[in-house]
Amino acid sequence: MAGQPTSFETMYVQHFNEEARPLAYYLAKMNGYEAAKKAFGMTKDAIIDEVKKASLRGRGGAGFPCGMKWGFIPKESPKPKYLVCNADESEPGTFKDRDIMRYTPHMLIEGMLIGSFAIGAKAGYIYIRGEYVREAKLLNEAIDEAYAKGYLGKNVLGSGHDFDLTVHRGAGAYICGEETGLLNSLEGKRGEPRVKPPFPAQAGAFGGPTIVNNVETLADIPSIITKGGEWFAKMGKLEKSGGTRLFSISGHVKKPGVYELPSGGYTLRQAIFDVCGGMLDDKKLKAVIPGGSSAPVLTADEIDVVLDVEPVMKIGSMLGSAAIMVIDEDTCMVKLIQRITKFYAHESCGQCTPCREGCKWMEDIIERILHGHGKMEDLDLLMSITDNINGKTLCALGDAAAGPVASFVKKFRSEFEAYIRGEKHA
Amino acid sequence: MAKVLSEKFYAEMKKLEPRYPTKVALLLPALHAAQDELGWLSSETMEEIGSYIGIHPAQVKEVASFYTMYNLKPVGKYHLKICTNVACCLRGAYDVVEHTEKKLGIKVGQTTPDKQFTLHEEECLGACGTAPAMMLNNDYVENLDIRKMDEVLAKLGVKG
Repeated sequence: MAGQPTSFETMYVQHFNEEARPLAYYLAKMNGYEAAKKAFGMTKDAIIDEVKKASLRGRGGAGFPCGMKWGFIPKESPKPKYLVCNADESEPGTFKDRDIMRYTPHMLIEGMLIGSFAIGAKAGYIYIRGEYVREAKLLNEAIDEAYAKGYLGKNVLGSGHDFDLTVHRGAGAYICGEETGLLNSLEGKRGEPRVKPPFPAQAGAFGGPTIVNNVETLADIPSIITKGGEWFAKMGKLEKSGGTRLFSISGHVKKPGVYELPSGGYTLRQAIFDVCGGMLDDKKLKAVIPGGSSAPVLTADEIDVVLDVEPVMKIGSMLGSAAIMVIDEDTCMVKLIQRITKFYAHESCGQCTPCREGCKWMEDIIERILHGHGKMEDLDLLMSITDNINGKTLCALGDAAAGPVASFVKKFRSEFEAYIRGEKHA
Repeated sequence: MAKVLSEKFYAEMKKLEPRYPTKVALLLPALHAAQDELGWLSSETMEEIGSYIGIHPAQVKEVASFYTMYNLKPVGKYHLKICTNVACCLRGAYDVVEHTEKKLGIKVGQTTPDKQFTLHEEECLGACGTAPAMMLNNDYVENLDIRKMDEVLAKLGVKG
């Protein structure tokens, strides 16, 4: 039977419906704000230790351990500290955070309340992509509810902890999903990534020590505090990754959608053929992009990989934001990489020459191959451009553009050659 | 110079001011609020925002032009932004774009002569499980296909 598996404990999917949104539901059915009460009785170090024990890795794409990140925040700071939620969800293929924000917004708000207490921040921002107009409105309504009941604001639940939470809308820029680009955007600037160090934990938003966490990462926190880090860690099937993960699965499958699976508990094959019910119209599988459009492509022979950070990395791709895009036999891989490359050329912020020029070059070269003007040398030229971008830019956008191109050329070279020889034409 | 932004705009900004340690942080919210009111961001609007925040109009434009959601030219009453990124193009977004171009008699990036419709191709909207997706002004329309696009356009008064 295709669909969300029920053979393990889940935190999210059973609540992903409109009825779950109000505070009343959260309090009655989800043990709402009990984790915050418990956290206020703990020391800050104890909270951070619990999150470390949970092996909670960042859900935005980098997979950095959340507890360790929180531990980087200086205890004392002359400047105010901030907790920022990255709700930009701009990595193509990713749509899971939208469900958290529209169905279970209080999980995120409570997670931020606990996180702010642990790191000593009195202000927090949810930086949400500008296109999520409705989700921003729903978040604001949930925040209003929380203020009205004393879960936000001054002296929350008598703890002595003050926390103000503000929704800040982006305005259409992929790069604002990069944490320092996001911080610049929050400050009212162009969303250009910063030179690191200093890292945000030393000097982030408005110059103060700042933690930036993904929506799902923060929404995991209340469960970790209530049920314990060990419980969370055990939900994951591999040592370093705890919890379940929300997978955004799209493309040519029968049942696309958001699915909650244990970290490292499923192979890509199971996700496509068991969870999503197999290929749309029973076509043959050709390729999969396993972690958002920045992830190098996998062929149909590579889908027995376990879905977790290390296994996917080991075969030369990345799990990223756990956004899986499934591609069938009828898809032209040259046209597809043209579309992906066009995206990165459009979204490059322009600060770093290798990315700004390289992305545009790759786009132009793929374009000319598609239109019958390519040469065989162009394929080597493309590979050489990817080498000249990789690792040579301030942020990961350059690598994100280069990785897919290199993987498409390597794994689907014959399709490019067919265009170059004039056997195919766009 | 006469003000172009309303009292409501200034009231909204006043409410937001205490939320940020700097006034410049109000720039993105101000641009959004202004665009909601006026439909696009003219030079006059950006000048007024600059003088409210206390920055040079060139700084306002520098920021506004970085982000694709800010309209620096007037757009039609109905602004259609169809996502053609990976998940949407796998599910037939380009057929929908082509059909919409024919139906409206304009190309991507153009506005109909009666100023009713502007059509754009959009980057990933984060609605890939219900692809293809588009924005119609501030709302999402998902699981698009040619038939659904025809229904949407019919409701907005496009015949045939």
